[in-house]
Amino acid sequence: MVAGHPAYEVTGGSVTLELDGDEFEAAEADEWELLELEPNERAALGIFLGFQYPVEIEGVTMVNFLRTALNAKLDEREELFEEEESEDEPADATNEDAAGYDTAPMEGGEEGEVGVAEFQQILQEKMELLDMDESFASRYLNVGFSGGEKKQNEVLQAAILEPEITVLDEIDSGLDIDRLQDVADGINALRDKQGAGILQITHYQRILDYVEPDHVHVMLDGEIAKSGGPELAEQLEDEGYEFVREEAHAA
Amino acid sequence: MSSEDIQETNTEAQFEFKKEEHSAFEAEKGLDEETIRVISEDKDEPEWMLERRLRALKLWQELPMPDWGPDLSEVEVDEIVPYIRPDIDVRGGVEEWEDLPEEIQDTFDKLGIPEAEKEALSGVGAQYESEIVYQNMQERWEDKGVIFCDMDKAVQEHEEIVREHFMTSAVPPSDNKFAALHGAIWSGGSFVYIPENTTVEMPVQAYFRMNSEGMGQFEHTLIIAEEGSEVHYIEGCSAPKYSEFNLHSGGVEVFVGENAHVQYSTVQNWSRSTYNLNTKRALVEREGTMEWVSGSMGSKVTMLYPSSVLKGPGATDNHITIAMAGEGQDIDTGAKVYHNAPRTSSSIESKSISKDGGRTNYRGLVHIADGAENSSTAVECDALMFDNESTSDTMPYMEINESKVDVAHEATVGKIGDEDVFYLQSRGLDDDDAKQMIVAGFIEPITEELPIEYAVELNRLIELEMEGSLG
Repeated sequence: MVAGHPAYEVTGGSVTLELDGDEFEAAEADEWELLELEPNERAALGIFLGFQYPVEIEGVTMVNFLRTALNAKLDEREELFEEEESEDEPADATNEDAAGYDTAPMEGGEEGEVGVAEFQQILQEKMELLDMDESFASRYLNVGFSGGEKKQNEVLQAAILEPEITVLDEIDSGLDIDRLQDVADGINALRDKQGAGILQITHYQRILDYVEPDHVHVMLDGEIAKSGGPELAEQLEDEGYEFVREEAHAA
Repeated sequence: MSSEDIQETNTEAQFEFKKEEHSAFEAEKGLDEETIRVISEDKDEPEWMLERRLRALKLWQELPMPDWGPDLSEVEVDEIVPYIRPDIDVRGGVEEWEDLPEEIQDTFDKLGIPEAEKEALSGVGAQYESEIVYQNMQERWEDKGVIFCDMDKAVQEHEEIVREHFMTSAVPPSDNKFAALHGAIWSGGSFVYIPENTTVEMPVQAYFRMNSEGMGQFEHTLIIAEEGSEVHYIEGCSAPKYSEFNLHSGGVEVFVGENAHVQYSTVQNWSRSTYNLNTKRALVEREGTMEWVSGSMGSKVTMLYPSSVLKGPGATDNHITIAMAGEGQDIDTGAKVYHNAPRTSSSIESKSISKDGGRTNYRGLVHIADGAENSSTAVECDALMFDNESTSDTMPYMEINESKVDVAHEATVGKIGDEDVFYLQSRGLDDDDAKQMIVAGFIEPITEELPIEYAVELNRLIELEMEGSLG
């Protein structure tokens, strides 16, 4: 829903994205009403959804897809911020700041595009980080990937697109222990090196041994029933969900 | 703007421009014996060719319209101008682009033909309206006895070989009504002759351009590949957009000798007012190989079923077909293969894309004759639809009269999945780009088998087609 899946109808409420930090200084802590934006516009603003069951797309190689996505994101980003700029302020006042918006996560290729050679290098680095075999780059997007490989691929995409906020839906399901470690390393890098905010949805404590959460929220019957720090996750692992349910009912 | 963007923009403008009509001689609208005689006389043809034309005319009048396939009720042959000779004084085409009148030169420049010639082709023929206006081939092929010339010139200069092969055994005018029409008023096209054991490494290309509104183009292509020879012939077609309908009815005959190898690739991007009704057939001798590669993007109606007759033992046929239909288009394409000898094999791969209410249809026939032992055929047709308004049909006929054969058939029909589009969108691609990427992926198994320049061209055309209606 946050990412904008067409099958979900939002009947009430709003989703607002606030962007601040140096990178967005010129945009003055812009607020974006996500529900009014197309999925690709949301992606450009830095929303990333890691799918639980990513689709397979025949004939599209990973490297082609990832480079296209990155360039599309950079391009759309520029457009979004320019639009905003002309709406809010007189054009001549913002011209100087315009360069400030062009905060590509990486050095751009020709004319703001990330070129093929440069992208190969970025991809290789990120794949090493996730301990993914080089051969992935030339395979078709998710086609014939094992469950674990698909999850790795989701994290790889996040690593390349460098989102502000990443939602990872059951990224740990179906992973064997080695793969879990790789995926966890990737998630930690997202948080620590790229400064992404991460919402991780999981049924298991296991991944939390590798990725220590800052906050833990327990969802029960569609609502947040209990919130806490990392210790809450440990308590859940020891005692199960029952005590949360009891507390909720008591209240 | 990157250089890639610039290229695409140019391509977009490429096909739609139109030129003032400049002609030296234009036949009256419609078709009768008198018209045929005038055309034949204007071309200074030998008597036998005039006789063949007149016989074909008679067949055209007698044969019924096809009672199957797309709706042809709007095809009024009496309303078209069957023959336009462009206003230049050179028959058979000039050998330097500079020698062409500026407008015609400009037309082909915009289509990128001279540039392609320099980079990747052994020879080029360019037809404007009814006549070849440019023809050139690298000297080294000429020295080896390769002939690549205008079909009209071939009638004059290589009379015996043309007389033997022209619409006799491969595509006789009696084949179908539009083959008969073609036989009556054919004009222009290419004649390609490859001597024994000669390999022409780079492709030869012909480009057919219809510039006048309401005209018909009926070029004839005759390719003879002698024993052990090899050639790749590429054909491109386009016309500007007009309201009045145009008719293209080409005839292609290919003779693949023993152990010879011919690839015939065509990309047609006729305007949406064009009826494109062709007859193409190859006769393949022992151990010979025929490959048909067809991309059908344009036209209002296309009926195109290139066929191979595998005459000799061990002969091989490969078909690769890509069809794309948008609003108001009916693209009916396919393949026909006749296995008439033992150990013959064929493979047919068809990919079609329909959107905005367009219709694509795969119509194929594989015939395996009694006695064609140990032959094999594999047919695969995949269709991709964009929306519920579009249509895609598959009609793969098989006539198997021999039991010791290997027959495989696979077909898939799918709609572009919302989940797929959303997945790509969530990564930053907009709706159009996401769909384009899915389509490019869909045809990838085919494009990866094509020569690189050709694959790029095809992808670019598809991108343009998609931009046209989705943008």
